Amino acid sequence: MSDLNQNMIEKYRNSFLKEVEANVEEGEWVKMCMQCGVCSGSCPLGKHWAHPPQEIFMMIRAGQREAVLSSDAMWMCTSCYNCIVRCPRELPITHIMHGLAHYARRLGLAPKGQPTMAFAQIFWDNMMKAGRVNELKLGLSLYYKDGFVQGIKNSLANMKLGQNMIKAKRMNAVEFFGGHGVKDVSGLQKMIRKAQELEDARIAKYGK
Amino acid sequence: MSAEKKLVGYLCTGCGIGDRLDAKQLLSTAKREGKLQECKQHEMLCNAEGVKMIKDDITEGATHIMIAACSRRAKVEAFNFPEAAMTRANLREGVIWVRPATDENGETTQEMAEDYIRMACAELRTINKPSSSGEQSLNKNILVVGGGVTGMTASLEAAAAGYPVTLVEKSGALGGHAALLHKRVPHRAAAIGTTNSRTADLPQPVDNNVAELITRIESAGNISVQLNSTVAKTSGAPGRFSVEIATASGPTISADFGAIIQASGFKPYDAGQLGEFAYGASPDVVTNLELEQLAKEAGNGPIRRPSDGKEVQSVAFIQCAGQRSEREAHLPYCSGFCCTTSIKQAIYFKDQNPGCDATILFDDLRTPGAAGEDFYRAGQQKMVTFSKGKATEVVPGSSLLVRFQDLILNEATEITCDLVVLATGIVANSGPDPYAQLAFDEAAEGSSEKETLRKALEVAPPSILNLSYRQGTDLPHLRHGFTDSHFICFPYETRRTGIYAAGPVRRPMDIQQAMDDAAGAAMKAIQAVENAGLGRAAHPRSGDLSFPSFRKEGCTQCKRCTVECPFGAINEDDKGYPLYNEARCRRCGTCMGACPVRVISFENYSVESVNQQIKNCNIPDEFAEKPRVLVFACENDAYPALDQASMSGRELTPWARVIPVRCLGSINLSWITDSLNSGYDGVVLMGCRRDDDYQCHFVRGSAIAAERMSKVGDTLSSLNLEPERVALYEVAITDIERAPKLINDMADTIARIGQSPFKF
Repeated sequence: MSDLNQNMIEKYRNSFLKEVEANVEEGEWVKMCMQCGVCSGSCPLGKHWAHPPQEIFMMIRAGQREAVLSSDAMWMCTSCYNCIVRCPRELPITHIMHGLAHYARRLGLAPKGQPTMAFAQIFWDNMMKAGRVNELKLGLSLYYKDGFVQGIKNSLANMKLGQNMIKAKRMNAVEFFGGHGVKDVSGLQKMIRKAQELEDARIAKYGK
Repeated sequence: MSAEKKLVGYLCTGCGIGDRLDAKQLLSTAKREGKLQECKQHEMLCNAEGVKMIKDDITEGATHIMIAACSRRAKVEAFNFPEAAMTRANLREGVIWVRPATDENGETTQEMAEDYIRMACAELRTINKPSSSGEQSLNKNILVVGGGVTGMTASLEAAAAGYPVTLVEKSGALGGHAALLHKRVPHRAAAIGTTNSRTADLPQPVDNNVAELITRIESAGNISVQLNSTVAKTSGAPGRFSVEIATASGPTISADFGAIIQASGFKPYDAGQLGEFAYGASPDVVTNLELEQLAKEAGNGPIRRPSDGKEVQSVAFIQCAGQRSEREAHLPYCSGFCCTTSIKQAIYFKDQNPGCDATILFDDLRTPGAAGEDFYRAGQQKMVTFSKGKATEVVPGSSLLVRFQDLILNEATEITCDLVVLATGIVANSGPDPYAQLAFDEAAEGSSEKETLRKALEVAPPSILNLSYRQGTDLPHLRHGFTDSHFICFPYETRRTGIYAAGPVRRPMDIQQAMDDAAGAAMKAIQAVENAGLGRAAHPRSGDLSFPSFRKEGCTQCKRCTVECPFGAINEDDKGYPLYNEARCRRCGTCMGACPVRVISFENYSVESVNQQIKNCNIPDEFAEKPRVLVFACENDAYPALDQASMSGRELTPWARVIPVRCLGSINLSWITDSLNSGYDGVVLMGCRRDDDYQCHFVRGSAIAAERMSKVGDTLSSLNLEPERVALYEVAITDIERAPKLINDMADTIARIGQSPFKF
């Protein structure tokens, strides 16, 4: 991962903008931003971001590579699409945010323990086991991601919610023991591995 | 002539006038007090039958007609009788629509109507039908001064309309600054339906059109080009300008012209003032105009930097260099073309070498014109970096360091580059401000003011038109050396009638705007030629045949009219008397207001014609408790605002009597003193906004009126009257709520301070 990072630094010594254009999904739109700030003003979580979208675009142009890629700003995007709807230049801002987050993770620069990223990994691992998401285990993994003591605290805090869900048959405690899955799990896993191979090959060839 | 005077009145009873007012009484007032030979009543005067009745009467000898109906601004097509002198009593907008239709108001409403009839009749007795002076002459030749894009376009437009043009250019070639450009900014937007995609087909820099313009000039047939020539002397007036053209090689050419277009363009801002950006210290810091030269030399190959001929791999553009800044020697204004010019120049670099870094440091990016935003996107599409930042310093060296404040990230930062381009602005290429010379001439000898003015005059540019006018050699300036005209209402009209300014001498602009401007000025010049041929006024009283004349026996040669005329229309003759040039006159009457001995008048507008209106309004004695508020409303904005207020149902005090005036500048102080002396309780003057952001249709009229009125306090105190009895307001045409309120406020003031002691 960090080799890739070094390679990219070498390759795009002058222009982080060009790097983004070549490697980030929808990154070629970044240059078209006209810095009006409507995206930042429209983002419902904007004030909690270290760098709202407009600023991220400006940082990319200013070549602030480390600051952008190690930022947790783009991980904060909830895909509400307000920015896309409102951007006067019609930039796919939501997609660019996810593209940047994904690229930062590929380079190993994403902030360690970033909750959105951690949850995404938990979700993926959970789903790959049986080919279906085991909601009970997904919830528990999330509660216990920061250790056993914090996990107990989280569980107790949400006990009432869990009980109600069981009562309403929205959750089944038996799922804890194995749970149900797709018919051919190994077939699915094989399929996903192939898809990953194809994607890696494409990234190696085209950058994204 | 006076023996054959036949005065006829017409009373319209339509639009509710007949229902609200006692028509019989009004007819008798017009005949007995108005002294009309005859007064007819009609139920709808503006219909074909009514108009025919008036026309028939004129054919049968009526020379003066008084129409008592609607506002003088209404039904102007129907009531158009150029064969007779005409006045109008405003009974509809002026009376019945501003007063509530209740019984208790009936008496005051009727009084108001009768007063307006008396006033219209009195005015009618003092005026005559205007006819042109007989001095007019039609000369279709147009002189264009300046052979840049503006001048060439103006010449082509006028020539295409059939008006022969003489184009005078100071240098040895046509084309001006535009000829120095490698390419120009596109003028067309992206095609309709172009999607907002990253690969959209957006407008790109286009080839310079100067050569094409020159070819068209040469093949036009009715355009005579004088290169290496200047205007040595201009005298006369629209329709009969007599011009001497000095040529470098041959003799002076004398020619006559109907109108003149000044397209003297601009001078580039002196970048030598920009030491902080290392201009002069490093040859690799160039202005936008100098970069065009580098690009031209490079052809379509790599642009090389001046110091060592290295191919430029990175370039920074500093926007607003020495512009939009209050610092000394900087330009306080935006030059309007530099943002798109820098985008164009950045594309030069990108087109020739996509790997070249081009950064534009801007504060506010403004891209006027049809291509504007699309052209900005074209730059972005080519990976030009747009950074919102304010450059603070350029450090010279083998590689230049540009320090700037990033305004988005809010941090001081820097970039290095091979070449820095300063987006510098333009300075108007005007002649000297004529009023600077006048102010100098009039300043007291030996005063410090005179010294300051003398220093300013020393650095004044040479004259361009060399007008032999009493009021100086060139077109007056508004601000920063740009020609005075109103940027919305009359952009091409200068303060010298028949001389039109176009292009960047008028305001900062780009090539496309200059071409549009040139077409506009050419149209105005043609209009001026035709008007002058018929002896008619130009804007804003276009078509007016009346002109000012003066009674020589009464003139004291005080020269106030020659100084105060906003348009420099009045010269002096050998004996020191004013010498009117009707065709230069805009008919505002500022001279009439200026004259202390009241000898200046128009056929249909004079000190006497207004005085008679003032006198013939009935002033009830103090026990009647019916005060009178005299309102002088400028016919351009204030009077229409009052009409509009009336149409939208605003109420006006029954004590108001409104007299429309051509301009507040035409108000003679004697009207104020006479009205106060004869028992009016208050006087309200309503004119247009004045001074720098003026809306005055005669540019200076409103300001001159305000200056005169500042001295009215002495008059009031000598009469022992409260200063609140006279009020001067700036009223815009949109002040529909405010205009009647100001008059009603005066009525309230009178109720508070009491009626005038001068009632008989």
